[in-house]
Amino acid sequence: MKKKILIVDDDMDYLFQMRLKVEQMGFETITAESQAEAEKVIMEIKPDLCILDLMMESDDSGFILSYKIKRKYPDVPVIIATAVTAETGMTFDVHADENTQWINADLFLDKGIRFDQLQREIKKLLKL
Amino acid sequence: MATYKILIIDDEPGIREGTKRILQNFKVDYPFMDEQIDFQVLEAGTGKSGIEIIDRELPEILLLDNKLPDIQGVEVLEYVKSKHYDIIVVMITSYASLELAVKATRDGAFDFIPKPFTPQEIRASVENITKQIFLKRMTQTLNNTGKQIRFQFLSVLSHELKAPLNAIDGYMKMIKERQFGNSVDAYDEMLDRSMERIKGMRQLILDLLDLTKIETGKPTQKLETVNIRKIVQMAVDTIRPYAIQKDVDVYINSRESIDMKADPGEIEIIMNNLISNAVKYNRNGGRVDIFLEKKEDKLKITVSDTGIGLKQEDKEKIFDDFVRIKSSQTREVTGSGLGLSIVRKIVDMYQGSIDVQSEPDKGTSFVVTLIEPENNLLCHS
Repeated sequence: MKKKILIVDDDMDYLFQMRLKVEQMGFETITAESQAEAEKVIMEIKPDLCILDLMMESDDSGFILSYKIKRKYPDVPVIIATAVTAETGMTFDVHADENTQWINADLFLDKGIRFDQLQREIKKLLKL
Repeated sequence: MATYKILIIDDEPGIREGTKRILQNFKVDYPFMDEQIDFQVLEAGTGKSGIEIIDRELPEILLLDNKLPDIQGVEVLEYVKSKHYDIIVVMITSYASLELAVKATRDGAFDFIPKPFTPQEIRASVENITKQIFLKRMTQTLNNTGKQIRFQFLSVLSHELKAPLNAIDGYMKMIKERQFGNSVDAYDEMLDRSMERIKGMRQLILDLLDLTKIETGKPTQKLETVNIRKIVQMAVDTIRPYAIQKDVDVYINSRESIDMKADPGEIEIIMNNLISNAVKYNRNGGRVDIFLEKKEDKLKITVSDTGIGLKQEDKEKIFDDFVRIKSSQTREVTGSGLGLSIVRKIVDMYQGSIDVQSEPDKGTSFVVTLIEPENNLLCHS
């Protein structure tokens, strides 16, 4: 069975392009355009992996969503894709101790990530 | 209540004790200071022990005698200067030679108090200095918050500019790699979306130019008598093609011409933004009604639509920079999120107000009130 990947982004073009990339890798996709919509999706479906935008309804939508996904499905890996780092100089490191406490994501990716890198990261997290 | 530290360095215990008594219950306030400022008086009998206290306590104000048993007062002054301490120094001296005065002033002494001094003299000097420090600190805080806001604005702006570039870049790559075969038809949707994002980006740049114009507005700007109705007509004509496409009818419900002293460019920005929003967020087949009314020096502009409306919690947000209300109904609408924030900034300059009444799925009314400036100047804040 194909693995299901939930992609959440409020930029419809980015969402469309990400969906295509992920489908080309051979996965099934579910998409949502907002934190609220994604919260509804996870009530019904358990994805195998999630790729979340950081800033949607609020600046930290991705974090909140990640927290909620992890609470419901502790074993589902979460990637937060963000362009924030490059723009604001804010950096997050999910492996730094003080961050793992509250940022419940497995990986941060820059939005401009190359196809092959993305594929490698997804496979690593899905243990494929 | 804030407390400033005052250090008095003088070898005469009587002077130190007297100063302490004079300043003990002394408070300074200013009409626009929220708080009173009082003083904690520290004392030193020699230059060297004074320097120790300066290093440890960093007082705001230093009352300095020049004739000290060990080092000279001016040497203490030089020390303060060399350390770049933010301390205001007042020289207390019984004989102020011209030479000393020149040197002390050059090294940053703020004031001279001749010895012997009256309580009134010392209070007046301290009060002056306190106001000086207070204003300086307030300016610094304002500058810092200003910079902070600027930084946030630029971060969001770069995000807003990069998002469409990334989207277009993504589509271009897909097309270049012929990901959906060699027929151009397969890429129609991507080309349309790319053009839509370019349009959005162009609008953002235009809005930014408007914003820059307002923010760098010359305070001595000359206003002229403006025919408001004519500007509204122009704005309606500009949006007409888009309104026809959406099958939205736009009505101007005021026949008589209305004149007002204003900047025509600014009135145009207000009207363009309100009317284009009313069309953009309307339903197909909806209508927009514009009402103009002038009573004495007040101009009231009402723009009502039959569109998607606003939720209560969104009504407060829409006037902030880069805020766009996201829903399934607005996903196809392009906008920079700056329009209403620009409108509000202009309205503020005219000491006016902007109100919004709205009901989801029924429509929204914006009511803008502008006060005609009394003279030919506008208040740019």
